[in-house]
Amino acid sequence: MIEERFDAIVVGAGPAGNACALTLAQRGLKVLQLERGEYPGSKNVQGAILYSDALEQLIPDFREDAPLERHIIEQRLWMMDDRSTTAMQYRSDDFNEEKPNRYTIIRAQFDKWFSKRVQAAGALVICETTVTELVQDDNGRVIGVRTDREGGFIKADVVVLAEGVNGLLGARAGLREVPAPKTVALAVKEMHFLPQETIESRFNLKGDEGVVIEAAGTITNGMTGTAFIYTNKESLAVGIGCLISDFAETGETPYGLLERFKSHPSAMPLLMGSEVKEYAAHMIPEGGYRAIPKLFGDGWLVVGDAGQFVNAVHREGSNLAMTTGRIAAETIAQIKTRRDPMTAENLSVYKKKLDQSFVMKDLKKYKNLPHALENKHLFTTYPQLLSSAMQTWFRVDGVDKKAKENAIVKSFFSARRFTGLLSDALSMARGWR
Amino acid sequence: MHIVVCLKQVPDSAQIRVHPVTNTIMRQGVPTIINPYDLFALEQALQLRDTHGGEVTVLTMGPPMAEDSLRKALTFGADRAVLLTDRFFAGSDTLATSFALSSAIKKISETWGTPEIVFTGKQTIDGDTAQVGPGIARRLDLNQLTYVARIAEIDLTEQTATVERRSEGGVQTLKTNLPCLITMLEGTNTMRRGSMPDALRAARAEVVKWTAADAGITDLTKCGLKGSPTVVKRVFAPTPRSERAQLIDLAGLSNDEIGEKLMAEIFARQPGLEAELEKTAAGY
Repeated sequence: MIEERFDAIVVGAGPAGNACALTLAQRGLKVLQLERGEYPGSKNVQGAILYSDALEQLIPDFREDAPLERHIIEQRLWMMDDRSTTAMQYRSDDFNEEKPNRYTIIRAQFDKWFSKRVQAAGALVICETTVTELVQDDNGRVIGVRTDREGGFIKADVVVLAEGVNGLLGARAGLREVPAPKTVALAVKEMHFLPQETIESRFNLKGDEGVVIEAAGTITNGMTGTAFIYTNKESLAVGIGCLISDFAETGETPYGLLERFKSHPSAMPLLMGSEVKEYAAHMIPEGGYRAIPKLFGDGWLVVGDAGQFVNAVHREGSNLAMTTGRIAAETIAQIKTRRDPMTAENLSVYKKKLDQSFVMKDLKKYKNLPHALENKHLFTTYPQLLSSAMQTWFRVDGVDKKAKENAIVKSFFSARRFTGLLSDALSMARGWR
Repeated sequence: MHIVVCLKQVPDSAQIRVHPVTNTIMRQGVPTIINPYDLFALEQALQLRDTHGGEVTVLTMGPPMAEDSLRKALTFGADRAVLLTDRFFAGSDTLATSFALSSAIKKISETWGTPEIVFTGKQTIDGDTAQVGPGIARRLDLNQLTYVARIAEIDLTEQTATVERRSEGGVQTLKTNLPCLITMLEGTNTMRRGSMPDALRAARAEVVKWTAADAGITDLTKCGLKGSPTVVKRVFAPTPRSERAQLIDLAGLSNDEIGEKLMAEIFARQPGLEAELEKTAAGY
């Protein structure tokens, strides 16, 4: 038995756990962070985009030595059917700023760097250690954790669950439910290596500029999901993800979908000649506001993916993770300063602070969207209609423009009828509100 | 007893990539591990300490990042870690490395007591030379037992070690006086999983960092590139062997027919072989 007691134990060393452990250590708390991976980042899979703002609040000078790939100056949105792509593209030289707003990163490298900062701040970080159990006292209050290493349990005033999407620890302790298949997406990703010059010429970039492509349409075969291509320095992250419930229902395979996306005539030329070096899969919480589990209790808090903090519409997650991690730490530090106990009542301030932040405001705004996006037509009928409308519009064939307009309008009505169009529009509008 | 284990941080060879264009080894982003052979040495050392008492000191030479490997060794249960790091060591071959490590072991002896045993793995997976262990033994004038599969007995009163050493065609049982240097074979044990107290202690432990001067090295011409007569002439990726297979349908054929069919396939791919065989056969 060991008699070790910490002010806080943080379970997990992803963006949420790191933000939390860093903030706690900076405020002088005795922190232990446990990570099951071989090193922080070894288990983490993400496209990945880093949003500067959330990290700047933790490490203002992160640009000096963080492993960043490219800053994003261009965003493309693709709506695809099997042969065509209708795209929206926004590119601005304003994004070539002194302190860029978004970067592509490689998570294994980034998380390692982040963790070094956490350790430098004074937190004790131990890897290759899986927390197997939250230890509770007779009143259900969490008083520590047990790990897969011998030597008893480690005590702490509060345990922060930054354990990721599965939420297994919390669920095992009966503090929350595991996420429903409808609220979790399964995403697969490949790293395609290409020479730097090839990436720059193919994507029209210079220096450290980068492009992000998000794609949706018939590539997911009617399932709710999106695909992406992100530019790194010498590689492209290419992936696709759909709801787990959809995979279960359709029997589609994630790699099957990815092959389909990669062989699409709009994607293939960008990937040509690349060498695939990594293949990874991960789950993404996409249930939004309504899927958020219980976030705090006596002696425990939930941050990051474990709390379903992902804005699926804007493809934001790591920034929500860092922000929730930071706010949790600030809450804990304040309670600690007052020498108050880590009761559910005292920790409830965490939830109140989240409600006032962009995290909850954004998730609340889109609370109906996950339901609206379950509409199959968004991933089949509409992309096809859009493509054929575009083609009708751009093809010069002697048909007069008025007739073309009529044909386009007619195609929409015959595909979905007036009631269908209206209901789709209403549910999307409600979701967006 | 005091035991010193030398280990090396190496790139995980399972994950090394060869640059598709320049054909050079891409070390960037390749995870590092403790040389797998050294882990057998470390576990053996920990077992001896657990039986006979004492301390295990782990020693490595490398860049500052090699500290990660030492910390890992501490998590497994080592008592002390020394990192020999200095820009003068850059570019060391096996000669310069064994010079530097033996100097550090001398310093370790002065500081924490003379080790009864110095352990190394049989070789590293990135150099594969198996020269550094014997090199250290020679410089420290230690008896050396290489390719040891099992330690049969350590007698601290008599100051002897009895080991089984695998050699071509058999196993030798050898006995030597302590102190000695032992290089361990793979598969001799399984690395333990450190306990939670070990993990906590390792996370807090201060890794001792020594420069060349700290290790008492005065002759810098024996260090790093200057002290390394080995020159790497060329690094290249072997051309991958093409592995082609063909499925030949032999269903329902007699043995003779199968033989003839297979020979026909072989002759079709090896022009000249048939004529050559006929010529040889004609001689009989």
